[in-house]
Amino acid sequence: MSKEPVAIVGIGQTKHVAARHDVSIAGLVREAAARALADAELTWADVDAVVIGKAPDFFEGVMMPELYLADALGAVGKPMLRVHTAGSVGGSTALVAANLVAARVHRTVLTLAFEKQSESNAMWGLSLPVPFQQPLLAGAGGFFAPHVRAYMRRTGAPDTVGSLVAYKDRRNALKNPYAHLHEHDITLEKVQASPMLWDPIRYSETCPSSDGACAMILTDRAGAARSPKPAAWVHGGAMRSEPTLFAGKDFVSPQAGKDCAADVYRQAGITDPRREIDAVEMYVPFSWYEPMWLENLGFAAEGEGWKLTEAGVTELDGDLPVNPSGGVLSTNPIGASGMIRFAEAALQVRGQAGEHQVPGARRALGHAYGGGAQFFAMWLVGAQEPTS
Amino acid sequence: MARYAREVAVVAFAQSDHLRRTDELSEVEMVMPVLHQVLAATGLKAGEIGFTCSGSSDYLAGRAFSFTMTLDGVGAWPPISESHVEMDGAWALYEAWVKIQTGEADTALVYAYGKSSPGSVRDVLTRQLDPYYVAPLWPDAVALAALQAQALIDAGETEESALAAVGARSRDAATANPHAQLRGPVPQGDYQVRPLRTGDCPPVGDGVAAVVLAAGDLARRLCERPAWITGIDHRIEAHSLGLRDLTDSPSTRLAAERAGVFEAPVDTAELHAPFSSQEIVLRKALGLTDEVSVNPSGGALAANPMMAAGLIRIGEAAARIHRGASRRAVAHATSGPCLQQNLVAVLEGDAR
Repeated sequence: MSKEPVAIVGIGQTKHVAARHDVSIAGLVREAAARALADAELTWADVDAVVIGKAPDFFEGVMMPELYLADALGAVGKPMLRVHTAGSVGGSTALVAANLVAARVHRTVLTLAFEKQSESNAMWGLSLPVPFQQPLLAGAGGFFAPHVRAYMRRTGAPDTVGSLVAYKDRRNALKNPYAHLHEHDITLEKVQASPMLWDPIRYSETCPSSDGACAMILTDRAGAARSPKPAAWVHGGAMRSEPTLFAGKDFVSPQAGKDCAADVYRQAGITDPRREIDAVEMYVPFSWYEPMWLENLGFAAEGEGWKLTEAGVTELDGDLPVNPSGGVLSTNPIGASGMIRFAEAALQVRGQAGEHQVPGARRALGHAYGGGAQFFAMWLVGAQEPTS
Repeated sequence: MARYAREVAVVAFAQSDHLRRTDELSEVEMVMPVLHQVLAATGLKAGEIGFTCSGSSDYLAGRAFSFTMTLDGVGAWPPISESHVEMDGAWALYEAWVKIQTGEADTALVYAYGKSSPGSVRDVLTRQLDPYYVAPLWPDAVALAALQAQALIDAGETEESALAAVGARSRDAATANPHAQLRGPVPQGDYQVRPLRTGDCPPVGDGVAAVVLAAGDLARRLCERPAWITGIDHRIEAHSLGLRDLTDSPSTRLAAERAGVFEAPVDTAELHAPFSSQEIVLRKALGLTDEVSVNPSGGALAANPMMAAGLIRIGEAAARIHRGASRRAVAHATSGPCLQQNLVAVLEGDAR
């Protein structure tokens, strides 16, 4: 059977900041949704269904907040779905929304993801002890640092690579008006001199805690034809999951990530991702995950990812720009971070990314991961309607 | 069947026994036997399933990302195509049904679970209310349901004796349900919050449910009498109780209309009505006559494992079709205070 082609015709996000004391949770999400509608030149009445995602409810202390947010998102009288797949949720949420259009169940769908981290403390929200289960230790950094160390040992990467990524992403963020961190005086030396938090991860190589929301309007072929601005088209999308802990798990390059990318590339007809993809928005909450994911996503051979980073390939003016928006390292409203990756990929192929636009970007990958590097969600978007 | 691109059916359903406490079991230990049972019914292995989706709540588990652990119970290796809703499993089934409609999967495993026993679910549910204006007042789930019940009585739509009859009928029906938590005659009991008595309120308990979906001829191969989902839709209403007429459920009626409930008579209705008064509201919204067998499983008044109780309604309706006890059934799931969000599915057996 043939699927309906899915187009992204509206994108909105908030200016991400450490604390939005001026708005409620409802006010925050409505801001992003209203911007996405304005971008698409549509109204609330044009939306058939709402798909919302966020990371754990404990971050704001609201259980199943979609119930409370139904009014703010114009969902009253409509279907509303709430997705939660840990850190990958922003990506998964967009994919669930895309499936509603692809399956021809709905024609125009609003999808949104948010986090208002200032309402709590994510570090300890992720560290609740549970008997007989492996906790996430001291926040996410405590969980991921040993896997970064394993990557360094396995590949022989010099310990300077992580700081290069952070320095690049923070400079890219200066070109993105919505990014949280705008460190105008950033230097490589400052990154390298920042305190060690979870060896080998330094303070400046970690993501901030942000308040923010991101929204997109997805629609069918007819909706795209009416769109006043260029649409981004979904060429492929997939989710993959694997268990948290088991003897055969490769935390450095999880099989679920490889399989997810392979599925997306198959759908999109990509055989050489390094050459055929023009921009990548990948989920890099700790700087070392850029070289790790370059390998996991097939942009570099095993053990070679750090060499691309070191050679400047992933810089905004390199031949495979990674995180032109500044990435998760510069903006991290956790539940929204995955959707921001997906939305920034779409902005690139629509030619709407402003100062951080990759010239002539035709195909871009949006990537998200979550849990103990066990949940993956990705989509590949293009400037042209897919042919298959 | 022209409503959707593909024919999709519930081909298997399994559930745990629903218990007041399961202190000795982790969530993984609760979920695993039910998953094994539902897969065994189809002969499929976890790795052969096209898409897996679950429903649960971090707030019941008392920790962030609680569903990451239950995924271990699925045995997701090699990696699987999988997703999760922080909602009742009925909505996980909806997501899975959409996935099958795209053609990207032919089968789906859907599961849901909840352990309410470690805390006071009555208090925990207050945390799903408007966090600025309502939640700080801690109005609990029974109190809110009592407001709804009183509104119904004031409107002349029911009376306390009629509510008691709903409770009695549900628990009487549950005598035939080995998984139910409360079975057989129960006294109407003392007032919990006027006008609701013990018999009008659901038990607090722990439980798991799982369903396998399959498309087209594959469904016919996996199940002798597939329960075809000929319609499914869900709608949400305003959150604030002051903005709603609590004696009606327009979202249920709209979802039912979109799912095709009113296009032909149904013989069975499995309604997710945790309080006796909510059955009155739902009967009206769905236009159910006295000929319809309502909650032959005993419904949520006999067992109400949070996050699974809605999926169980779909499973119970499907199981009746599998057994040949129903030809056309409606299944309903709800979420939020006083029936704020409602899902309606129509399940049909092949004409025989």
